[in-house]
Amino acid sequence: MDIELRIRRYNPEADQAPHWETYAVTADATDRVLDLLHQVKWHTDGTLTFRRSCAHGVCGSDAVLINGQNRLACQVLVRDVAPTVSVEPVAGLPVIKDLLVDMEGFWAKYRAAMPYLVNDDVPADGLERRQSAADRDLYEDTSRCILCAACTTACPVFWTNPDYVGPAAIVNAHRFIFDSRDTAHEERLELMADADGVWRCRTVFNCVEACPRGINITRAILEVTRQITNVEAT
Amino acid sequence: MVGRGPAAVPHIHQHDAVVVGAGGAGLYAALELKKDLGAESRVAVISKLYPTRSHTGAAQGGVCAALGNTEEDHWQWHWFDTVKGGDYLVDQDAAEIMCRDAAPTIIDLEHLGMPFNRTPEGLIDQRRFGGHTRNQGEAPVRRACYAADRTGHAILQTLYQQCIRREVTFADEFQVLDLVMPDGADGRVSGVIALELATSELHVFLAPVVLFATGGFGKIFQVTSNAHTLTGDGVAIAFRRGLALEDMEMFQFHPTGMYKLGFLLSEAMRGEGGFLVNGQGERFMERYAPTMKDLASRDVVSRSIYQEIAAGRGIGGGDFVHLDVRHLGADVLERKLPDMTGFIRTYFGLDPLHDLVPIQPTAHYAMGGIPTDVDARVLGDGIARRVPGFYAAGECACVSVHGANRLGTNSLLDILVFGRRAGKAMAGDAADLPAPARDLEAEARIAGTLADLLTSDRGERAAVVRDELQVEMFRRCGVYRTGPDLAACRSEVAGLRERARTVRLDDHGSRYNTDLADAIELGFLLDCAEAAVTSAEARTESRGAHARQDFPDRDDVNWMRHSLARRSASGKVDLTYKPVVVTEFQPKPRVY
Repeated sequence: MDIELRIRRYNPEADQAPHWETYAVTADATDRVLDLLHQVKWHTDGTLTFRRSCAHGVCGSDAVLINGQNRLACQVLVRDVAPTVSVEPVAGLPVIKDLLVDMEGFWAKYRAAMPYLVNDDVPADGLERRQSAADRDLYEDTSRCILCAACTTACPVFWTNPDYVGPAAIVNAHRFIFDSRDTAHEERLELMADADGVWRCRTVFNCVEACPRGINITRAILEVTRQITNVEAT
Repeated sequence: MVGRGPAAVPHIHQHDAVVVGAGGAGLYAALELKKDLGAESRVAVISKLYPTRSHTGAAQGGVCAALGNTEEDHWQWHWFDTVKGGDYLVDQDAAEIMCRDAAPTIIDLEHLGMPFNRTPEGLIDQRRFGGHTRNQGEAPVRRACYAADRTGHAILQTLYQQCIRREVTFADEFQVLDLVMPDGADGRVSGVIALELATSELHVFLAPVVLFATGGFGKIFQVTSNAHTLTGDGVAIAFRRGLALEDMEMFQFHPTGMYKLGFLLSEAMRGEGGFLVNGQGERFMERYAPTMKDLASRDVVSRSIYQEIAAGRGIGGGDFVHLDVRHLGADVLERKLPDMTGFIRTYFGLDPLHDLVPIQPTAHYAMGGIPTDVDARVLGDGIARRVPGFYAAGECACVSVHGANRLGTNSLLDILVFGRRAGKAMAGDAADLPAPARDLEAEARIAGTLADLLTSDRGERAAVVRDELQVEMFRRCGVYRTGPDLAACRSEVAGLRERARTVRLDDHGSRYNTDLADAIELGFLLDCAEAAVTSAEARTESRGAHARQDFPDRDDVNWMRHSLARRSASGKVDLTYKPVVVTEFQPKPRVY
């Protein structure tokens, strides 16, 4: 099928300002939007710049805005967005070149959320720590995050307040707050109870809508707030 | 402004250890280094991606260890399965270490926070996988520890998380270009030269010990499960430096790639009870592997699919067969195989609960690579000569624990066991190695190459040459091979290498120049392909993944030996050989 592919281009080395370029491409209905970007990059204009790696929705490299919605370019089929496909960088992070944004701020918030298990005790029998399947299920959903930033860059609170830790950092805090093996529970809740933590969430659900993994992020944020409230009440 | 690219003077960084590649092997090594060298030590991980994008994250079904959590199992059974799975090209001393170390390594990973699925007793749960058997082939055994069907994702995140905790230094989005070898080609390694993708500036990372954990090179093939970025960078750099590459002809084709797309549908789908059917609705694996059926080793299943297709029994007479998982039920599909179920829905618009899933074999894993000893020390000649300061682990390395065909779940185990051993060995060796020195010759050569590339505006695009390479390799150096095909393929690859010398760039700028990165990666792919096809042409037998239609039998008299390919000074690829290490299991006919 014939596609009109519109890409928001910007190379600060050459351009005064961001602008739209339009490319006529031919694609199969089952091609991915990433295939369209590759077609342009590999055969029309090698200067087109974007990140990608696995190309099947597990590495989290290629979050972009497709027809106005945060999506992974490798997870959207052409037939679902044709015939006019617009692709632009995610919002809220500085554009470095074309679809490629500066992720450093995003990673800094992830690192600040203590995204690692804290427990230096080893069971006396030298074997694995026991964890029931039910306890494991408490963080199943949030352990699926691929850190693509689709959620955080879809969040209107983050757009207006860049200091807000954002949904991705909270999802990764949740992953450990609800892990029965962890020993830094209170410290984690204090971090999330910060002025720029979970209280900033306005339950707009943009993050849930944007998540390519289908993680129920708003529920995770509410579960964290409930933990904080419970601790404060006791 | 048109950038002239790299400045004449590169940025210099001093570290106690440098790891290239941020997959499981690299990150586990970094953690070990931090532990052994102390919290103040300067351990750097360099990756051309953000670490969480590494391809370890795409591994699905499990990582094996004979924990015996759900039924009787022993590491010796695992050892046998690994040797047999590798069609006896496995070095048995190395495989013994891997299988012995498996249980303590998995336990350590759990302690680091790995979110394994659990048994009702709260232990790590285990599932069946191809080629893993009870008591040397009696029946499938539950040996694969897993986190749903995203085990690699869970491992990658767990290790990265702990690296953040232990304050490992990360240099994200740096493309490695060469080794620092201050004493020349026969000397030590004391760092790497890398391109900062954000700026196109050159950086030299100096350290007495350097680990390559750069992954595989599946992108030499047209249909592959591998990420776009798996271009054999580390393997090719070693090859260019005149170091040996081992068993490069041994490349695994995984039976269940998604038709045309090539991405993997986990072997766990068959481990949980799924099976393959041909165009006549027949469960054909019962004919090829009466005991293990759909859980025979991957090379066996992939060849069986090709034979069904060749006999006209593909679906509708076409070039694919079906995977049937409908009977597994919604609970297993949604809870134990949720990502697979999602892939099938997203990319095929099918529901695995009701629909058959079209699959074809897909290029998946390099058994060969940079030869090392069991502590990840690189063997420059492939046999005995260590390259001081240089280590390799994971898919880019060849220990060899996978021989001619890797068992499912042994790749994740390999990166953990040998990544960790690499870190320990590097920490132990570092103090005895001389202080790192720069390699001005290499710096000048790399700067010149980059400057030439950045100003190149004539010739073909890299993508055109790469596409031809991938089609050629998949067609003539794939599941089935013949001497004439391989000879033709080798000459084709040589021609492509010539054409690649003058690829043209559209992007001459210095900011995130991914056009430049594509051209660099093409060069790496071509080196890997040349080593692979040259080694394949010379091996006149069929063993594991290397299936020669003109030499259909395994030849234990002449070919119980590893191939070693080296680029000679004249530019030609020379082949030498070394014997397989056999300590316990004598070669037997391989029946599943």
